[in-house]
Amino acid sequence: MKAFAMLLDRLAFTPGRLGKLRLIEAHFAATPDPDRGYALAALTGGLAFDAAKPAMIRALVATRVDAALFEWSYDFVGDLAETVALIWPQRPGANREPELTEVVEGLSAAKKTEVPALVERWLDALDANGRWALLKLITGGLRVGVSARLAKTALAQFGAGNGQTVDVGAVEEVWHGLTPPYEALFAWLEGRAPRPSVDSLAMFRPLMLANPIEAAELAGLDPADYAAEWKWDGIRVQIVARADGGLGGSLGQGESRLFSRTGDDVGGAFPDLVGALDFDAVLDGELLVCRDGVVAPFNDLQQRLNRKVVTAKMLADYPAFLRLYDILFEGGEDLRPLPFMERRRRLEAWHAATAPRSRMKDRMDLSPLVPFASWDELTALRDGARMAGIEGLMLKRCDSPYVSGRPKGPWFKWKRGALTLDVVVMYAQRGHGKRSSYYSDYTFGAWRGDPTDGAAELVPVGKAYFGFTDAELLRLDKWVRDNTIDRFGPVRQVRPGLVLEVAFDSVHPSTRHKSGLAMRFPRVHRIRWDKPPEEADRVETLAAMVVS
Amino acid sequence: MKVTPRGLFCEPGGFYVDPTRAVDRAVVTHGHADHARPGHGRVLATPGTLAIMAARYGPEMAAATQPLAYGEPLRVGDVTVHLAPAGHILGSAQAVLEYRGSRIVVSGDYKRRLDATCAAFEPVPCDVFVTEATFGLPVFRHPPDGEEIGKLLDSLRLFPERGHVVGVYALGKCQRVITLLRAAGYDAPIYVHGALTALCDLYEAEGVALGDLRPVTVATKAEMAGQIVLAPPSAIADRWARRLPDPLTAMASGWMRVRARARQRGVELPLVISDHADWDELTQTLDDVGAPEVWVTHGREEALIHHAAGRGYRARALALVGRDEEGQ
Repeated sequence: MKAFAMLLDRLAFTPGRLGKLRLIEAHFAATPDPDRGYALAALTGGLAFDAAKPAMIRALVATRVDAALFEWSYDFVGDLAETVALIWPQRPGANREPELTEVVEGLSAAKKTEVPALVERWLDALDANGRWALLKLITGGLRVGVSARLAKTALAQFGAGNGQTVDVGAVEEVWHGLTPPYEALFAWLEGRAPRPSVDSLAMFRPLMLANPIEAAELAGLDPADYAAEWKWDGIRVQIVARADGGLGGSLGQGESRLFSRTGDDVGGAFPDLVGALDFDAVLDGELLVCRDGVVAPFNDLQQRLNRKVVTAKMLADYPAFLRLYDILFEGGEDLRPLPFMERRRRLEAWHAATAPRSRMKDRMDLSPLVPFASWDELTALRDGARMAGIEGLMLKRCDSPYVSGRPKGPWFKWKRGALTLDVVVMYAQRGHGKRSSYYSDYTFGAWRGDPTDGAAELVPVGKAYFGFTDAELLRLDKWVRDNTIDRFGPVRQVRPGLVLEVAFDSVHPSTRHKSGLAMRFPRVHRIRWDKPPEEADRVETLAAMVVS
Repeated sequence: MKVTPRGLFCEPGGFYVDPTRAVDRAVVTHGHADHARPGHGRVLATPGTLAIMAARYGPEMAAATQPLAYGEPLRVGDVTVHLAPAGHILGSAQAVLEYRGSRIVVSGDYKRRLDATCAAFEPVPCDVFVTEATFGLPVFRHPPDGEEIGKLLDSLRLFPERGHVVGVYALGKCQRVITLLRAAGYDAPIYVHGALTALCDLYEAEGVALGDLRPVTVATKAEMAGQIVLAPPSAIADRWARRLPDPLTAMASGWMRVRARARQRGVELPLVISDHADWDELTQTLDDVGAPEVWVTHGREEALIHHAAGRGYRARALALVGRDEEGQ
């Protein structure tokens, strides 16, 4: 438990991706089975305990610590698990410190009434850091900034370090057939055993991704080689529907899943879709909220993401919808080696035959191909597309097989031209990691009222922290230091004197911001050292860009 | 004893203890700036503390100084004064004041665990004990120093391409971290920020061996990979740190025990190393000195007073101005 606690502690404070990867990899190398497998499960969200609620922890600490001292301490620390971990009175030599495996297996086996005594015994045996890790683990909120994808990348690195030919795609391929504590997985990555079998049909196949392209680069490509389709502004998903179950899937009959592009099973939040997948195919598509065939803004889809409990009202107000791009398997037949246009033909035929008798009939359609003869024609179509739900265009080579990862050449994404706005820097904050000595995060505002008659005020409309070069950052940092008018902890307020041209994908109404507006993907497009701040844009200009 | 705007005043002796402004006669417990101010008429302190004051404020830091070794009694007015080790930093002392058969101990800042840079705290039984309460909450229990230093050395092994910069206070913490590293077997050169060198030299002159210390300016950026650099907290996350390759910022302070505090500082490797007593040390000390009356000065007084009252002591808060609680 001590090693696991130390890992969580370091991960929580390590800002960089590379640093986190190295910490996780080193943990896998230094920790025996099955402890490292349970650590992996904890990091990938594969452990869930429901018997240990915060109220139980509070009740436990109340039996051991003076109430007034606890309240003062909780006020000071601000986090319940951390306060309890720190304040818990030690009993020197009370018990042997538990291993992570003992904790996981002990909690899974315990009856609900036995849990408090179990937890109390462990708290007595652990040090402050160990108690913190224990409480975070059992109350289900590690929050150490590690995604499942990152943990799998560390696994791939660990395998490569042991001389195995393995990348994160290969880990994803086997992942969904495995369960904690993943001993077969580690054995494979250490070269002690063959690759775990992936006979489960309800598993995730890594997606094929596209590279960005700019208009100028199109001239080098022959339009006849490519098909175009709209890039919808939702969540890219893989639909694995195994309704027949007659195909021998080891996970059993009738299993269907919805995976995000990183291989996370997001189906739990979409029972309306997963429950209606009454066919047998693996599809690639976009998850959207659609009302009467009209795609709702991305914000609406966000209401449905990561929900543990989905209410009937939620299902009715934000109806989920699948728009299909591609077909990977039809029944047991693997279509991935076929050229794109051939797969497209199979997708259309499959849809025509399946949809009318499916419960998904009104909840899925095909993303249409966009016919075009020349790049000029396609450019005009793209520029004309201002409706909600379209993020740009996809270009796919007609002869491209479906390959996982992001190969160079076959697929391109050509995003809709971004919106831009000239804004004034209002506050700056230091960044993290490499940027911790630089003021690199900028909160910016637009004018409300007329800035030339002196009655105007700046209203914050967003925050951006990338889009500039290292050399520009040095200059921005210096400007912030030279123009600071006030400080609030790590934040500096600056004189309204610097204009940024920010680019963003779209803007939505928001109750969280004073301006009532929120930008999607704001980034610094250009630093307008030359532009006087009173010539920056007004809030009204931004409001007029809201899509509905 | 009286609480005045200038600090704690001992009337029958005619002197202040750790006054925050210039006064005629002062007893100074230790060299930290919130206890030792320049410009007094006469200063009574340990030789170590006087050396620190002279190094920080120059030889003119007081009109007259009088060194008093630990344990030696001295008559000041109607009061007998002696100084007992406080274990906080080099030269740190508790002021033990005796007047008409009763004894009051002003402990200044103190800690109970071992520190190779100074004499260990000696509990002095007394009638009134004046204590700090910087870490006066039961969430503050400092882990063993060796474990914290181990974290730093582990990180050095795992990230050998990164310069490890450790934020330390110039007086006390800096030298203590160096001796802890040496005790853990780390004998490579340790690089120190220019603001720390004078006090390191002073410690060496007072007999505290610190090993091979080098100024940061002698090394190139590439040479700083995998090295330990000590710097004042204000420098670790600022422009100064850019001379290091991909700096990994650590900070040695008791406040690092609380995650929000560490995050606020932008620290990647918090090290819980403190020169102040933690909760267990504070409460243990109350029992060791056995004073029926306890006065709590700076820090989180309410919790310690609550605890002391529960143990049967008469405890109250002394509101002293100018104590720099965050700066330790």
